[in-house]
Amino acid sequence: IKPKRMLLRIIKRNQTNSNNYLSARLVSRKRPRGNFAEINTTDISYFTQILGTKNIKTNTLQKYTKDWMGRYQGDSTCVLFPTTVDQVQQLLKYCNDKRIAVCPQGGNTGLVGGSVPVYDEIIISMEKMNSIRKFDEASGVVISDAGVVLQDLDQYLSDYGYTVPIDLGAKGSCQIGGNVATNAGGLRLLRYGSLHGTVLGLEVVLPDGRVINGLKTLRKDNTGYDLKQLFIGSEGSLGIITGVSLLCPPVPKSIKVALFGLSSFKDAVLIQQKAKLQLQEILSACEFFDNSSMKLVCEHFNVKEPIEDSSIYVLIETRGSNDDHDTSKLNSFLENMYEECDIIDGTVAESGSQMKAIWFLRESIASAISESGATYKYDFSLPTPEMYSIVDAVRKELSNYPDPNVYGYGHIGDGNIHLNIMAKEYSEDLQNKLEPFVYEYTSNFNGSISAEHGIGQMKADHIHYSKSEIELEIMKNIKQIFDRNGIMNPYKVI
Amino acid sequence: MAYRVLVACKHAIDLSTVKIRIKPDKLGVVTQGVKMGIAYFDELAVEEALRLKEKGVASEVIAVSVGPADAQKTLRHALAMGADSAVHVNTGDVELAPLQVAKALREIVREVEPQLVLTGKQATDGDYSQTGQMLAGMLDWPQATQAAELNVENDSVKVVRETDAGLETISMNIPAVVTAGLRLNEARLVKMPNIMKAKKEEN
Repeated sequence: IKPKRMLLRIIKRNQTNSNNYLSARLVSRKRPRGNFAEINTTDISYFTQILGTKNIKTNTLQKYTKDWMGRYQGDSTCVLFPTTVDQVQQLLKYCNDKRIAVCPQGGNTGLVGGSVPVYDEIIISMEKMNSIRKFDEASGVVISDAGVVLQDLDQYLSDYGYTVPIDLGAKGSCQIGGNVATNAGGLRLLRYGSLHGTVLGLEVVLPDGRVINGLKTLRKDNTGYDLKQLFIGSEGSLGIITGVSLLCPPVPKSIKVALFGLSSFKDAVLIQQKAKLQLQEILSACEFFDNSSMKLVCEHFNVKEPIEDSSIYVLIETRGSNDDHDTSKLNSFLENMYEECDIIDGTVAESGSQMKAIWFLRESIASAISESGATYKYDFSLPTPEMYSIVDAVRKELSNYPDPNVYGYGHIGDGNIHLNIMAKEYSEDLQNKLEPFVYEYTSNFNGSISAEHGIGQMKADHIHYSKSEIELEIMKNIKQIFDRNGIMNPYKVI
Repeated sequence: MAYRVLVACKHAIDLSTVKIRIKPDKLGVVTQGVKMGIAYFDELAVEEALRLKEKGVASEVIAVSVGPADAQKTLRHALAMGADSAVHVNTGDVELAPLQVAKALREIVREVEPQLVLTGKQATDGDYSQTGQMLAGMLDWPQATQAAELNVENDSVKVVRETDAGLETISMNIPAVVTAGLRLNEARLVKMPNIMKAKKEEN
């Protein structure tokens, strides 16, 4: 009893401190606290009864209440770690009956504040539901608990000669359940498609405690509405995903990585188009990053620029079953590109370590930026030829600004750009210059204001830039059907 | 003073992309359909030779590989990196042990007459760490293995070696054999135009 009250006092003190010198860094809450119950000792006792004392945490919670970028922080006093589906059911039913708000959490690597509480929602972490249940070699389908870390799942599959169909920078910390809940895109969407296609089944616990046991391993099943699609990308607002059935591709026998240095984005657009036409079935990734990104990564991590200074860099990866076949295809492609494009410089990695070195340049950009200053991160889908124009537009908007750096990089093969602005410190003034400018810019091109990062807290009132009124209305209706009391991840998404 | 440098490279399993697996008959490792490329430390040897050329110490870098037909790929990679010429001793399907490779290299040395022979300290599939040493023995040349640093002054080669007991610095007279260790250097990335050129070069 006493410890809990003390904790609340300490948290309030932290809040005051935040208001003083961290206020600009922490994003302020957009929506007022809903009419949810505040948890008390009776609730804690109940949780302890269900989970045992080891799987409930009531102090030192910052790892769970604060997001990866340090921009969103909630006031939860309790994190629960269920280990079975049954426990998740009991917890949700209880919270639903008592109107206790819940924030489901995976690896807490999200970039839009969707994985951390806004106020005092209790956190239900899937961290300890981390068993891989089954792998069927004949079909390449794995059934896994939601809390398995993506990299661990990949390690497990590699023993069988398979790999996970998604790959992203957060793979060492993110969990497969969270990936599904956010419909994570990543570096290989170009080749393996989105989770909407590779997830074959889900086990979801609904807010009222009932469970949908949808863990099938069927490739085809046209029997009624495909409900799992609603949960994929629902960001924890409709239920808690506890199990995933995932179709996995085989580990490639041959991987090749090429890096091109180009003089303009137009050349990059041409290269990605030709890559799709000429490399076809072996093309597995097509990424780009600009000069400022390359310079920052090399300076920040003290690595040498591998090719000559260029405006735009394009990374192309191929994966296939036959090294000779892929080599000759790639070599023909290179020859053609040297004839058709204005290539400043280029290199092809031959060994695994060289491939890692080239990938490092692209995969570390986000870290380099976050570690160098106050970052504003945006993630847009735009028509490919126009993709980089938003970077130029933002640079122009900020031309009177003292110090911001603007970076553009992303999945050029998918029409998805990550626009980052880095300044010495966060400021409302800078934020107001950026928003709604970038959202309106994207909306004018009929693009998406969130290609893969999701809505979370950050874009909760901005969906209208990319979706129509009727679509939003239907989404709200669906939310009502699943979560009448609105306890699932409130203040976010819809 | 400009030396001719011979670099011996093996077309071996690319460890960074595959897990080495032992064959069911326990007589070797699985090479079927496994990604092969220039052995990691041999690539460092090629890099070191090229750096010697850039410093003006070496006048010519010749790559040699004793191995099956596919070893050609490793040689083309060495050429793309910047080697002047390449020699392929085609062994067909026969798997050779270090002693046999060393004997073959000895013949090449007699023909090419280099002042310095560089190679990796061990190949990533065999892990023998014998070929360089045996070659030196057969030629009766001084050797420095597990090199972490290589410098050439006048007609002597100064090498800092990594040993279990610490670092050891040796000074040898030309001609000599040096095997590359992990910290010798970092191999350069090959530029695309060079790859395309190397692809076309005939023997």
